Amino acid sequence: MSGWLQHLPILPIVIPLLAGAGLLLLDDAHRRARAAVALVATALQLVAALALLSAVAGASASAHGIEVYRLGGWSAPFGIVLVVDRLSALMLTLCAVLALPALSYALARWDRAGVHFHPLFQFMLMGLNGAFLTGDIFNLFVFFEVMLAASYGLALHGSGADRVRSGLAYIVVNLAASLLFLIGAALIYGITGTLNMADLAHRVPALPADDRALFAVGIALLALVFLVKAAAWPLNFWLPSTYSAASAPVAAMFSIMTKVGVYALLRIASVLEPAGAFAPLGDVIFILGLLTLGYSAIGVLGVQKLDRVAGYSVIASSGTLLAAFGLGLRDVTAPMLFYLTSSVLVMGAFYLVIEMTERCKPYGADLLAVTIEAFGMDAPEESAMSEDVVGFAIPGALAFIGMAFIACTVIIAGLPPLSSFIAKFALLIAAFGAAEGAAVPTEVWLLMAAILGSGLTAMITLSRLGMRIFWSGEARTTPQLLVTEAVPAAVLIGLCIALALAAQPAMEFMQATAKSLHDPSHYIEAVMSLTQETGR
Amino acid sequence: MEIIYATAIGILAGSGTWLLLRPRTFQVIIGLTLLSYAVNLFIFSMGSLNLDRAPIIDPLQPVDPARYADPVPQALVLTAIVIGFATTALLLVVLLASRGLTGTDHVDGVEDGAES
Repeated sequence: MSGWLQHLPILPIVIPLLAGAGLLLLDDAHRRARAAVALVATALQLVAALALLSAVAGASASAHGIEVYRLGGWSAPFGIVLVVDRLSALMLTLCAVLALPALSYALARWDRAGVHFHPLFQFMLMGLNGAFLTGDIFNLFVFFEVMLAASYGLALHGSGADRVRSGLAYIVVNLAASLLFLIGAALIYGITGTLNMADLAHRVPALPADDRALFAVGIALLALVFLVKAAAWPLNFWLPSTYSAASAPVAAMFSIMTKVGVYALLRIASVLEPAGAFAPLGDVIFILGLLTLGYSAIGVLGVQKLDRVAGYSVIASSGTLLAAFGLGLRDVTAPMLFYLTSSVLVMGAFYLVIEMTERCKPYGADLLAVTIEAFGMDAPEESAMSEDVVGFAIPGALAFIGMAFIACTVIIAGLPPLSSFIAKFALLIAAFGAAEGAAVPTEVWLLMAAILGSGLTAMITLSRLGMRIFWSGEARTTPQLLVTEAVPAAVLIGLCIALALAAQPAMEFMQATAKSLHDPSHYIEAVMSLTQETGR
Repeated sequence: MEIIYATAIGILAGSGTWLLLRPRTFQVIIGLTLLSYAVNLFIFSMGSLNLDRAPIIDPLQPVDPARYADPVPQALVLTAIVIGFATTALLLVVLLASRGLTGTDHVDGVEDGAES
């Protein structure tokens, strides 16, 4: 890369930072300008993410698709670096692809349910993008905090007793987890003398035997924090209530937040793989993944409200990812990434669909009551056509919601022919194929039972709730739906369908990603080789 | 010095953990604050404890790493303090909002034994 293109990796952090800061200056009187700035900033992030994705995917064989950006020109391990490899680029794109529909859904109504929605949204994107890009552990902590601080505000967006109560638990759990992160990072620094992940990979094999146990404690503490983020059982009791209390576009964005934990685990495991320092944790994570799947299956069967079902489905997807990750088979990583992409998109769509479904009930029945009073929002039956609403109400809204609901059910339960089925199918084939004719290990059978079982319970609950909502004729109001609300959900579901149709190129990209993850020498070289050319 | 330092971290962390598990929001926030003090001291100690070694290189003397403290933990601890301060302030606001909306300072928003 040359010219301004070499600064591409910093853009996903700088754009939301500037946009978020600028948006703070625009008050309620400039609603249109605010919406325009937020939309443009998010669209620019999508462009930057796609440019990075095409840069790393189309890279020549010698470059291995890894771009390193040295902040301030200081080279690793003394300076801070941003690293873009295939996994980072994939997560950045996924984040931007999810953010744009969520934002345009929010613009229809939700951004007016409280103050500072747009700056918080941009700061959360900045934290997410930074966490995907950073090449050292302490900056991972800093970006986690940026992301979390914004997410605290967004989780409380709209206010109300339910949001505050569940938000309190969410904040306390994450603050405690942050403290553990600091202890882990400090321990690792104290022992190895570095926080840069690539440098860490260099220094770990040279550690004296006495320090290895302490280093393992540091890594285990970090893994514990990532498991809290990834909502592994028993660290996930905060999730269903927080996600169901959050407003729909925020909950849709949160569906990628649990995947940040999975991303961080993948990254740490990848750089420590040659030293074999992460392997002992794999078994623990596998068992936790299975328990998470079991917990989510029971939860899905037990709850009555749709938004809680969605919360447990998020936990189920985390459980699937963690169990597949803990299995420690190389071939499983690519289908796992495919599943991650599919589940982020569908959970984002599902939270939007759920909120539209809730409107079949009389407006403002439960959660919304406080918001409506506090911010003087009128029911959309009266105001849907007023001048400040973008778009127009579309006919056949109920039919659209019903179809979207069915599509979400099919994808979440992992039924053919959509993306989640392909992902789970490929995952199980890879797990069984790794045995290569020898007896299939018990873990693989357990994984298959857990994945299929969780799909079945999701299917049972969602079809039961779907029948009650759409097929029973009792006291249903025909929902008002704006085009700007329907299109984002349709786009996200459409992306899942596209992912299923383009399964082969997508899977090839995932396989290239998995290959570079399991062979981190290029990553390490790319970061560390810059040390030699400090002269410039 | 190490013994005193380690004991101080231990007492702070122990008290913080105990308070964190208490049912009142005020106890929880004080617990988190104490825990963050313990963690900050811990990060600082990772640069090894020593006296009279400023992490500023004196140009008049020959460069000898043994005469300087490690500046990285000091930078880390400053960052951690700032972030911890901000998030604690945010939690304080949420705590007050919770007190106002639910009428109780119990972390669940309902008193033990009361009908929810």
